[in-house]
Amino acid sequence: MFRVLARNRAIRRVAGMIGTLFGVAVFVFVMLRAIPGDQITAGLGTEAAALTPAQLAALERYYGLDQSLFTQFFSWLGNLFTGNLGFSARSQQSVLDMTLQSLPVTFELAVLSIVLALLLGVPLGMLAASRTNSPRDAVGQLVSLGGLSIPAFLLATTLLSVFAASFGFNPNGQGFASLLEDPLLNLQQMFLPALVLGFGIAAPILRTTRTAVLDVRSGDFVRTARAKGVPPGRLQVRHVLRNALVPILTMTGLQFGYLLGGAVVVEQIFSVPGVGRQVLLGIQQKEYAVVQSTVLVIALSFVLVNLLTDLLYRVVDPRVRS
Amino acid sequence: MSRGAFSAIGVAVTLSIALTGCSSSSGPAAPAATTGAAGGTLVVGVTSDPDTLFPWKATQFQAVNVLQNIYGTLTEFDKDLNVVPGLAESWKTAKDGDSLTLTLRQGVTFGDGSAFDSKDVKHSLDAIMDEDTAAVAAASLSSVESVEAPDPHTVVLKLSGPDAALPANLATVNMAMLSSDDTEEKLNTAPNGTGPFTLRKRVASQSITLGRNAKYWGSEKPKLDGVEFRVIPDESAIVSAMQSGNVQLAVFNDPLVAQTAQGGSITVAKTPQLSYHALQLNTRRGDLDDLNVRLAIQCAVDRKQVLDTAALSEGEVTGPITAPAFKSNPQQRPCPARDLTKAADYLQKAGKPNGVAIKTIVSQGEYATSVNEAQNLKAQLAEAKIDLQLEVLESGAFVDRWVAGDFDAAVALNGGRPDPDGMYGRYFTSDGNLNKVAGYSSPELDKLFAEGKATTDQAARKAIYDKVSAELENNAAWIWLFTSYTYTGTAAQVTGFVPMVSGSLQYLRTTTLG
Repeated sequence: MFRVLARNRAIRRVAGMIGTLFGVAVFVFVMLRAIPGDQITAGLGTEAAALTPAQLAALERYYGLDQSLFTQFFSWLGNLFTGNLGFSARSQQSVLDMTLQSLPVTFELAVLSIVLALLLGVPLGMLAASRTNSPRDAVGQLVSLGGLSIPAFLLATTLLSVFAASFGFNPNGQGFASLLEDPLLNLQQMFLPALVLGFGIAAPILRTTRTAVLDVRSGDFVRTARAKGVPPGRLQVRHVLRNALVPILTMTGLQFGYLLGGAVVVEQIFSVPGVGRQVLLGIQQKEYAVVQSTVLVIALSFVLVNLLTDLLYRVVDPRVRS
Repeated sequence: MSRGAFSAIGVAVTLSIALTGCSSSSGPAAPAATTGAAGGTLVVGVTSDPDTLFPWKATQFQAVNVLQNIYGTLTEFDKDLNVVPGLAESWKTAKDGDSLTLTLRQGVTFGDGSAFDSKDVKHSLDAIMDEDTAAVAAASLSSVESVEAPDPHTVVLKLSGPDAALPANLATVNMAMLSSDDTEEKLNTAPNGTGPFTLRKRVASQSITLGRNAKYWGSEKPKLDGVEFRVIPDESAIVSAMQSGNVQLAVFNDPLVAQTAQGGSITVAKTPQLSYHALQLNTRRGDLDDLNVRLAIQCAVDRKQVLDTAALSEGEVTGPITAPAFKSNPQQRPCPARDLTKAADYLQKAGKPNGVAIKTIVSQGEYATSVNEAQNLKAQLAEAKIDLQLEVLESGAFVDRWVAGDFDAAVALNGGRPDPDGMYGRYFTSDGNLNKVAGYSSPELDKLFAEGKATTDQAARKAIYDKVSAELENNAAWIWLFTSYTYTGTAAQVTGFVPMVSGSLQYLRTTTLG
């Protein structure tokens, strides 16, 4: 009976994921076509007005815009199942190749940002919770307020300008190096963008940590542990933090999912060739296949991260397992 | 700045110093770009990579700039925009003007080593004229009836009538000469031209690197080993890259960004542009079909004020024609200075003493000053009882409406061309392919443009286009406002680069890295 139920739950979950992805596919397809303009006007701009009807027809044929919307959607969807995500005329590459290059970049940036955010957010959150309404709490609140209220574009531009003008340090001004090509240069290039993103994400993580720690600390088992003479450090980490991990994990998973969608602004400013820029360029050029397929890949990553987060609950919290 | 940001910078400084300590490949002391050897590689910072590598379809600024350095054209422009020989050594118009005979340069080869001859010219021009190719310059060859190649070094263009603008029209990269063996599909990934550089490497969305074409025909061979166009999407980030020595040359559009670049080892040169800002009027719609209403607008606008408020005074008030050799004199327009009394008189004459309302489209985001220009125009015209009703549109939506000619008025930044026929013939002749968008034509203009095409003497042509200018301004076909500058930032070691009013980067071939 239990096995059947478990299987059903898994099936339900998978069906939900497929439904979500299909919904995303339809939504993006419709939205893209609802935006004024197409690949012809995006490429030619106002020069498109000078096209003769025959030239226009030739270009529509070239870009596949002469097909019905129904045909466009299902041929794209059908191609996805054969691993063909489409072709970008602008970069003369298949969308699969483009995504295989950009997704690892975004993934690396997301991991680095999350690590920085956790390193900043969790200790500060615990510190802030250790004595509420004290100066250390105020510091924590100030950092989280800064993280939430300083726009990423401002922090990014400021850091870039200050470092370049004052120290001549601007690894992002060199051509982008992938992690495999040149790990040292790559880490330097990823450092500032990860810092900007990590600072922004540290804020909600800090707040969640603070609230969760305060909540757990008032539990009976903490009082008991303290009465038993557990040292404060051990108490904070083994007893309090461990029990406060679930909400922190939820928040981290959520933020990580967003990061996988590409941090467009930060990627733009630091010239990081991630999926965010890929989607943005696709939208600017109205390269439908690029946007549709990339967004679908992003949605898939998001869904998988959610799944992974749910699985991690079971690891960190035995109660979920039962 | 908040404490949060300061602490972040502090952490960043510490960590980055630690990181830089690990590597020798960063920092201004060792710029990655100047690779030492003869010529070196110049790094040009660009905000976008080309959207196509096929020259006949390239209209994007970045694409044109790259392709110009790879492909050759029959004629070329020099730094003052005079038409000079390119792949055609000389050309001669028949006495009756019904043919143009071009003598081709000998010993020219394409990047792949194949020889260039009249077969390639005939193939290229025929393909550009074929509507199935969808070449953007097809209309510039409208006077060409056929192309003949009597021998390998001669090409004869049979014309429907005299066309003095043709040699200038042949000089754009959209008229690039391609090898008759090449196809669009092939050239999309492997450009093959007769220009000073060849494509060495492309990393889509990141960089495009050109190498010197050792077989380039020009008397002055390119001095640089190569040119890398490095994509840095944000103009401010390009400035940072120049300051840290990673980029040596960049062209900026935003005056504020250009200001931040100036200083240290970076020099910024201002160049006036052929493109112009205008309030386009569609004289076929609403109250704008009345000349007096249009003249009221003409008199109610102080162009200098628009320039000062919207573009930080960075530009020059202009008449219709911006090309240096044919430049219109903005002082000769009706109401060269703002005159609200005259504007009121014109409205009175139009029978609209209580004013008119004009629906105006404005693009948001296509260029920096559009909305500010529109708001200033609205404020100025409101004082003359002309209500400019602004509709601010995302740039894609703006282009759609503009292309369809679906507006009463439009605040626009339009590209200019070195020859006034190429620049305005397509807008303001009754059969011009952009006449629907221009919204104005007249028998006088048709006649003047035809005369301009039939006249080869430069002074006589100037006189004709002065009349065209006068006709356009006296009828307030549009309200021409100003031209802006582009800003070319160069690092100290860059010499020999000449910025052009057309925005072209063709003088990369004479540039050196000291």
